[in-house]
Amino acid sequence: MVALLRGFYPYAIAILIAFVMYKVMPVGAEKIDLGILQINSFFTKVTGAIGIAIIMAVSLNIVNGYTGQFSLGHAGFMAIGAYTSAWITHYGSIHFFGNANAMEGLFTKGSALFVASLLAAGLVSALFGYLVGLPSLRLRGDYLAIVTLGFGEILRALLNQTQPVLDEFDIEEATRGEIFTGLGGALGFSGVPKYSNLFWVWSVAIITVIICYRLKQSIHGKAFLSIRENEIAAEAMGVPTTHYKVAAFAIAAFFAGVGGALFAHTLGNIVSPNEMNYQRSIDFVIMVVLGGMGSISGSVIAAVALTILPESLREFSEYRMIVYAILLIVFMIVRPDGIFGIREFWEVKWIRRLFRRTPKETHAP
Amino acid sequence: MIKLVQTLLSSISVGSLYALIALGYTMVYGTLKFINFAHASIFMLGAWFSAIIAAALLANGVTGIPAIVLSILIVMVICTTLGFVIERLAYRPLRDAPRLNVLITAIGVALLIENVAALNDVKIPGTQTTIHGFGTQPGKMPELLANADLFSIPLGSGTVVVDKVDALILGLSICLMIVLEFIIYNTRLGAAMRAASHDARTAALMGIPVDRTISITFIIGTSLAAAAGFLYVMKYPSINPPVAVTWGLLGLKAFVAAVVGGIGNVRGAVVGGLLIGILEQAGAAYLSPHFRDVYVFALLIFVLLVRPTGIFGSTAVEKV
Repeated sequence: MVALLRGFYPYAIAILIAFVMYKVMPVGAEKIDLGILQINSFFTKVTGAIGIAIIMAVSLNIVNGYTGQFSLGHAGFMAIGAYTSAWITHYGSIHFFGNANAMEGLFTKGSALFVASLLAAGLVSALFGYLVGLPSLRLRGDYLAIVTLGFGEILRALLNQTQPVLDEFDIEEATRGEIFTGLGGALGFSGVPKYSNLFWVWSVAIITVIICYRLKQSIHGKAFLSIRENEIAAEAMGVPTTHYKVAAFAIAAFFAGVGGALFAHTLGNIVSPNEMNYQRSIDFVIMVVLGGMGSISGSVIAAVALTILPESLREFSEYRMIVYAILLIVFMIVRPDGIFGIREFWEVKWIRRLFRRTPKETHAP
Repeated sequence: MIKLVQTLLSSISVGSLYALIALGYTMVYGTLKFINFAHASIFMLGAWFSAIIAAALLANGVTGIPAIVLSILIVMVICTTLGFVIERLAYRPLRDAPRLNVLITAIGVALLIENVAALNDVKIPGTQTTIHGFGTQPGKMPELLANADLFSIPLGSGTVVVDKVDALILGLSICLMIVLEFIIYNTRLGAAMRAASHDARTAALMGIPVDRTISITFIIGTSLAAAAGFLYVMKYPSINPPVAVTWGLLGLKAFVAAVVGGIGNVRGAVVGGLLIGILEQAGAAYLSPHFRDVYVFALLIFVLLVRPTGIFGSTAVEKV
């Protein structure tokens, strides 16, 4: 698995692109005038949302696309990541800097704490992913979907019962238990420091895409795909299917946790448990299914499109879910593998044909 | 003691609601082998249509028992028709598709129903027609049964109150279950249904019209969900908006009941439904009312880990 992280340039380029995006996209009252299009901070917000959607869709693709399992609990992992990191940065900021939002901005001490919280969020989420993946040893298809769904709902019910968030004054006389369960309850975790910005979101998004693409190409990816195609045959060929199924869940949960952490800190202020219900999981499933089960570029394109569409069609917002639903049904009947199927965008035949250089015909004299 | 009996009573009435919904899940799973996510949406439609029809009946002067009978029949007919359309358009083209695809389609159908139902007086651009949906506001079921207490039993130092609505739920559920039991085990149609669910291909070779049998199974399940929707709003008159998560959750809990009882098994679904009802109500009464959903899903995970086939389920051999 370490081989997936090999190399310097892809990551350097990822971080560079993210940094450029962070610098270019306007914040607050700034505006970029492109003549036909006025880019304001709203575009920055949507760009951030797209980045997070990419992380979520691409990571869900590992479970639903490559491995052919069916998880409906992705928002649950997102919630775990969001809460873990929000807990760390909120109480950590108070502990280290004395104030919850003293250290906002890029490359401050707060950023170091934030990166640590991202990793912690990913790891905690991966641990839960491992636990949720365990039933997948015994269950198939729709049963697994129900278990993951149940997991998400149990989590939501538990988060709804947590204590209010403590601020720097309350924390003096709070007991350890109160600090540990101070996650905001049904009102949501308020006062999360806004450490995240386009730089972090897009660095993580691009790195996620790189790792997931490499995973698909690697020997492990072939193992995932073999489980999807035929589990019994894969087992007969010596693929440790249990190992890979649980691994798929854990890896996907890791990225979902990081995505949730970014989500919590972008939005700032509030992460509500009721926002992370199973309908949100279904949103991600729709992205994966429409983009193509097992196609990274398909998921990316679907994530971008399905995040931009509702924003640009505000007046049709009532029809948004109806259109999604009809798309889902029609796709399943007409094109069950999604737009790109398992192929990547550049591997699709008709797109290749566009870019192929046709050899000049030599006419006989 | 009184609390115990009262809890038991309410858990039986809630449990029989779950059982009614679970029957639909289990029948569809038995024949088509997928979780019909749209089942919860049908249940939701049943609830909303009941409120509208009951209001219309009351406005026309029909009250009491005739109103109940009429509205339940109308609701069942509407939802059954809808179920037939869904089965025909969305599920039948996918008869031979992989199960995951059917599952995703079912999610799509559920989303479609919920969001169309949530439309509220929307003008279709370019035409004069408007769609009158149920909107996004909670609704209200008019009272069909005045003076809700049926009788009260003195017990020790207090009295146990039996609600008319609870009695209605229990009575009607039992009637429907007996009818279903009769259809499945004592008619030619039932034999065809059992055969199709056991092995569709062989059933087809034996001359059973499998497609039609599956359609009928689906329709019966849908009508049960509609009846459950009616009974549900009789018990809880304030109705959540169509897109609320509650509907999906109720449906899921009913599915859990089907799994606990052994999926594909009709009697198991009833037992599972009652079990879930007791667990939920007892948990809410004696432990904490905030964790209702947690108890049910914890039971699901426990059952799936310990005995994945459920209480009455038989082990199925995974075929290559």
